[in-house]
Amino acid sequence: MDSSDLKKVLRYTKKYLPLIIISILLAFVCVAATLYVPILIGHAIDHIVYGKVEFDMIRNILIKIAVMVMITAVCQWIMSTINNYVSFKVVRDMRQAAFEKLQILPLKYVDAKAHGDIVSRIISDADQFADGLLMGFTQLFTGVITILGTLGFMLYYNRLITLVVVCVTPLSLFAAAFISKKTYSMFLTSSTTRGEQTALIEEVLGNEKVVKAFSKEEEMLEKFDEINERLGKVSLRALFFSSLTNPTTRFVNNIVYAAVGFAGAYACINNNMSVGVLACFLSYANQYTKPFNEISAVVTELQNALACAGRLFELIEETPQPAEAENAYVLKYAAGKIDIEDVHFAYTEDKPLIKDFNLSVKPGQNVAIVGPTGCGKTTVINLLMRFYDVDAGSIRVDSTDIRDMTRESLRKNYGMVLQETWLKAGTIKENLTMGKEDATMEEIIAASKAAHSYSFIRRLPDGFDTKIGEDGGSLSAGQKQLLCITRIMLSLPPMLILDEATSSIDTRTERHIQNSFKRMMEGRTSFIVAHRLSTIKNADVILVMKDGNVIEQGDHEALLKMNGFYAKLYNSR
Amino acid sequence: MKKLAGFLKGYRKECIFAPLFKMLEAIFELIVPLVMADIIDKGIYEQDKNRVIYMTLVLILLGVVGLVCSITAQYFSAKAAVGFATGVRHSLFSHLLNMSYTQIDTLGTSTMINRMTNDINQMQTGVNMFLRLFLRSPFVVFGALIMAFTIDRRLSLIFVAVILGLYFVVITIMYFSIPLIKEVQRKLDEVLLNTRQNLSGIRVIRAFCREKREIEDFSKKTDDLIFAQQKSGAVSALMNPVTYVIVNAGIVVLIWKGALRVDAGELTQGQVIALYNYLSQILVELIKLANLIITINKALASGYRVIQAFDTPNEVWDENEIGKTDIRTTPEANKTTMVEFDNVSFTYHNAASPALEDISFKAGSGEMIGIIGGTGSGKSSLVNLISGFYDADKGKVLVGGKEINRNNKKEILDMMGIVPQKAVLFTGTIRENLLWGNENADEECLLEAVKASQSADVVESKGGLDAKVLSGGKNFSGGQKQRLTIARALVKRPPILILDDSASALDMATDSRLRSSIRELSYKPLTFIVSQRISSIINSDRIIVLDDGRIAGMGSHEELLGTCEVYREIFQSQE
Repeated sequence: MDSSDLKKVLRYTKKYLPLIIISILLAFVCVAATLYVPILIGHAIDHIVYGKVEFDMIRNILIKIAVMVMITAVCQWIMSTINNYVSFKVVRDMRQAAFEKLQILPLKYVDAKAHGDIVSRIISDADQFADGLLMGFTQLFTGVITILGTLGFMLYYNRLITLVVVCVTPLSLFAAAFISKKTYSMFLTSSTTRGEQTALIEEVLGNEKVVKAFSKEEEMLEKFDEINERLGKVSLRALFFSSLTNPTTRFVNNIVYAAVGFAGAYACINNNMSVGVLACFLSYANQYTKPFNEISAVVTELQNALACAGRLFELIEETPQPAEAENAYVLKYAAGKIDIEDVHFAYTEDKPLIKDFNLSVKPGQNVAIVGPTGCGKTTVINLLMRFYDVDAGSIRVDSTDIRDMTRESLRKNYGMVLQETWLKAGTIKENLTMGKEDATMEEIIAASKAAHSYSFIRRLPDGFDTKIGEDGGSLSAGQKQLLCITRIMLSLPPMLILDEATSSIDTRTERHIQNSFKRMMEGRTSFIVAHRLSTIKNADVILVMKDGNVIEQGDHEALLKMNGFYAKLYNSR
Repeated sequence: MKKLAGFLKGYRKECIFAPLFKMLEAIFELIVPLVMADIIDKGIYEQDKNRVIYMTLVLILLGVVGLVCSITAQYFSAKAAVGFATGVRHSLFSHLLNMSYTQIDTLGTSTMINRMTNDINQMQTGVNMFLRLFLRSPFVVFGALIMAFTIDRRLSLIFVAVILGLYFVVITIMYFSIPLIKEVQRKLDEVLLNTRQNLSGIRVIRAFCREKREIEDFSKKTDDLIFAQQKSGAVSALMNPVTYVIVNAGIVVLIWKGALRVDAGELTQGQVIALYNYLSQILVELIKLANLIITINKALASGYRVIQAFDTPNEVWDENEIGKTDIRTTPEANKTTMVEFDNVSFTYHNAASPALEDISFKAGSGEMIGIIGGTGSGKSSLVNLISGFYDADKGKVLVGGKEINRNNKKEILDMMGIVPQKAVLFTGTIRENLLWGNENADEECLLEAVKASQSADVVESKGGLDAKVLSGGKNFSGGQKQRLTIARALVKRPPILILDDSASALDMATDSRLRSSIRELSYKPLTFIVSQRISSIINSDRIIVLDDGRIAGMGSHEELLGTCEVYREIFQSQE
């Protein structure tokens, strides 16, 4: 258990300290009342002796019991409600902090991490932590108080029997610990085997069409069965041995019960104790061992919960992107003059990618970037949008270094369409107005007509108000790309970045959009990454990139004359 | 559910013994209060120390026997549960493997994977718990009632009232809390969606400066979640206090009535204590039962999902009919009608409009046929019909003069070398992947396929045919994977070769070399090339132009330029 994680958790709970104190007080009341009831019942039973039944006494005691029970019930309910409230709120606060952090983390972090991992931190880890915290609140406090309370009461009534109970109970703890230690490695084997099987299932079912195309069903089933058999064996062992815990602790409890019964009966015979007290002791013997078992479960649970919290904290404490200066420049509607000077950049230190990159773009110029995959085209976009910061050199927009202006104002001046389209779960309209929330319906329709998305949007069940699922749901890749283009045609920012913006759109439709694109790019500085040389040919500047370097630079005619890489590329088509 | 219960058939012995031994354990537990009553009434009041010793030994013995019974039961139930899950997993996997493309499309990959993993695990837990507790808990409850009945018939009425009260409370609380728990799960799913979406769209979100809006959205979702959690928490939190009150009310009444009966000399003090103990036992057992019901509910939900997967019908064929005709040697196979489409129409399951309409053409050995058209024009659907992955709704698809039916599907598939759109390699080595085409292929055959598919340099750069392929082929680039999947198809030396947009990641020069080496293959396959690029199909013997599921034109490049408007537009757009 990491004590620093514990401290951080405590920091999050501080806000709810008064509630927690109330909860602990209620736990005290609850436990005291719960422990008092068996004593009262014992007293009552002592008055039930043949021929000497004292009804008045019994009635008084029973009324007391009723009151105690009501107090316990009410306290218990209030306590659980408070505990629910506090633990859910704490987790919510942590989740919120993590999510907010996510918005200011450098893309470097997000790109390098598996998204599934980040998601599982914010969702499952947080959730498990909530469960653990809740269990800790409700069971750890009451458990500890119950044990201490019971011990106190027992000591008060009979020291010998208490000694017996105290000596025998730890046996169940030892037994439980022993079994869980033994089963740990079995669970490990069983979960590795399960992982192996899941990997096979994902591979085969994920590519079932290929498996079928080569008629490999039988072979895959054999492979699966081999793992399945093994999994059956190891999980039987793990399941069986782990299920020994309950019978064993129950057995120890029974022994405690017998021991109390024996010692108690002797004490009664020797007139050291009344039968009522014995009944009370017997009920304690049951109650006393229960929290012990629970606490050992809770401690494991809490350890687990803290580990989960630790993973969440890791995310919350990750270094954010450099903060903006107070007086950072706010780029208004940019003219579109861009100067890139001596830029160096690498994703990882040992693999330098972009070296000595220089380029100046006049307002309104079109820049096309070409080159083989992995040449650094996407990296240039990352740098222009300031998703990543340059390692050396500078990028200036309208003569101001982009690191001296607010990220928001820089990015608002760019319109970006990427090859990998992204749509949010929501309506088509919500997705289109992302860059211009106050757009009127007329503007939206005009933009969608220009981007040739109007005809298919109109055919959707609810038109612009059609809800789409996560990542566009059932829309085709081409349709999604058309929506992303519409989005930009609506917001019309002064500078454009188009990274394979039409790659999923068939060439005929693309041709129809070209005119609107041309009109949009008029007077706007734009960067275009494309495969199709026809798109590139008309650019003002063509950057030919290879292995992170700009190897050729110029317009179409000039590059052809150079008879270099570009010429070879152009003539090979 | 009946179908699933069938998987327990092989474990009949376990399914009987597990609850039986659990019941024995419960019986021994139920005897304990009686023994204690005896200790009090006989041992203490009659000052009989020997009886106390004797009875204590009985208590210990009961504990030991209980332990043995319980361990035996745990073993049998674990065995039945694991065996059950293993069996279901095998059957479901084999069922899923035998589904047609249409059914794969309907069910969806992630659904299938979830059914295979989470749902079956959930069911294993359910069966295990069911066998262990489902008989035990009611048995303890009713056993306690019967024991009470034997001690004192009138007082046992209190037990009936308490049990009915508890039953009512547990059911009521569950009735209200299960939908609330589901609601919490739904809200949590929404928070999950929000987070995942935020990560996948991080560039767009930052480009549009929507970070603040996203945070607002997220906190709205978490507020919803917390509201649902609190509602469900408040209801569930009632369970403990209310059951506690009911049982203790029972105890209060029991003591009062008990006192009256003892006073009348109809009951002993020890017996009152025994009754009190039975009531406490009922409380403990009912709480266990409530937890059990939640587990069982989850397992049942999983069970229904698994059954749903089983109920998706898979391909069936008549074993006797398979292999009766050898299509490779039919006279048509080597002539101009290796593949024939006769007025074929096809609509995807659940689709509004047909993917292909009135398609007719013939193609013979050695021909190279290009298929071109916009996205969604039906190119992939057409080649999928040739391989029999989908069945035509109207018209006939003939291969080697035989109409494709479910009995000759396997055989026809055997003639096809298919390179699917998505280039997938499987975990293992390059060699193992290539052998998928033909298990008995020799080294020479492999090398020929590697060479023809232009992947000799790929194999060389990875260190030979025995180089490792990681899961998903992630140690290969898109282009490398595409070339190796082409090699895999060529290892088969298939009479019909289908390249479904499988050169998209290759540069033009490699693409062109690939096509000429296919032309030079000694076994002269009938080749279908699907592409969006004119350059990939320009030299084909014939080009089929698809537009919205119909053939817009068919012929050579020159012919089409003259006659087909759609083709001309595509050509001009790529000039």
